Amino acid sequence: MEVTRTKVDDMRVRQLKAQQMLRGELAGKDLEEFVEERLLFTTLETAQNWARKNCLFPLGFGLACCAIEMITVIGSPRNDLARFGAEAIRFTPRQADLLILSGRVSIKMAPIIRRLYDQMLEPKWVIAMGACSSTAGMFSNYAVVQGADKFLPIDIYVPGCPPRPEALIYGIMKLQDKIMGTPDMGWRERYNAYGTEEKPETAIAPEAELA
Amino acid sequence: MPDATGLELIARAVRAEVGDEAVVDTSYFREQATLEVAPARVHDVIAYLRDAEEPWDTLMSVHGCDYMPEEPRLGIHYELLAMDRVDRLRVKTRVGVDDPHVPTVVDVFAGANFHEREVYDMFGVHFDGHPDMRRLLMPEDYEGYPQRRDFPLGGEPVIFTFNEGKFPRWYD
Repeated sequence: MEVTRTKVDDMRVRQLKAQQMLRGELAGKDLEEFVEERLLFTTLETAQNWARKNCLFPLGFGLACCAIEMITVIGSPRNDLARFGAEAIRFTPRQADLLILSGRVSIKMAPIIRRLYDQMLEPKWVIAMGACSSTAGMFSNYAVVQGADKFLPIDIYVPGCPPRPEALIYGIMKLQDKIMGTPDMGWRERYNAYGTEEKPETAIAPEAELA
Repeated sequence: MPDATGLELIARAVRAEVGDEAVVDTSYFREQATLEVAPARVHDVIAYLRDAEEPWDTLMSVHGCDYMPEEPRLGIHYELLAMDRVDRLRVKTRVGVDDPHVPTVVDVFAGANFHEREVYDMFGVHFDGHPDMRRLLMPEDYEGYPQRRDFPLGGEPVIFTFNEGKFPRWYD
């Protein structure tokens, strides 16, 4: 077949060129072409972040009902988190670098989560999955921590009760953007809603509303 | 369920075997029979009922209740079940909120252990003679008994547009 043969020929040419380069026989315009074709220049930080974002190690850790959805995201082939390089679950905090808080955080569980977080290696990230771990959701009572950000730095909040697997995957993709150092504004970017921000002079003053 | 007459017969038997002051009241409401007993005699009554002629061989649940503003405020319910007759009887006792003490029934029904710990955790009722009287659900250093009616609900107000002026905002 013609197509296959040209491909094979191309590969053969590239192999010969590489051989010549290693022997030091490539010079002048040929060498410049080779370098331009084969090498990619970037900063060390970018390369490091790129490697980090594509090998997240989530901690195998479930708190409540959101854990069911979290398990379908991390563990099932249907949602296949391996596409984003985050499918290798680690069941010890010493090897993990992503903590997904899947469920409500009771005040008895909070010190344990804090200890797990402290045991994780730097750099580490936390996703608050669902309404409960973000803001306590419907559990506005004495037993539940009113938002896990009371005792943990949280990178991504995923709303939902529980969030759909797609939502959690979207949260993980947002986290990847954040690891690359390019976080966006969230929904404003998604719905192209720039320029709709509330201006201080048009906002209703709290005192005026109370009166 | 024993019917109203059956409940009175049980009450009479308890009065005869355990003591006249043991049974405070009986109530039969919506086909549920309740035997109200004096708090000091709970253990004796439950022990008698377990080994009675028609025995109540299973303790299904022990739970507390706060009847505020009624006095005495706290109630402890023992749900008894006779497996072979498929018959249920509720034994109830009432204690005041300051210094509530009730004798334990763990030596009669070992399964009451965690139930009594939960009642202690949530309502602050001390079960005398309990082998391990600690909190069950809340942290060990938690103060107060959260299921009492006068305990603050906790939580945080959720800010909507109608009440955003009433609460300080996070950036204030």
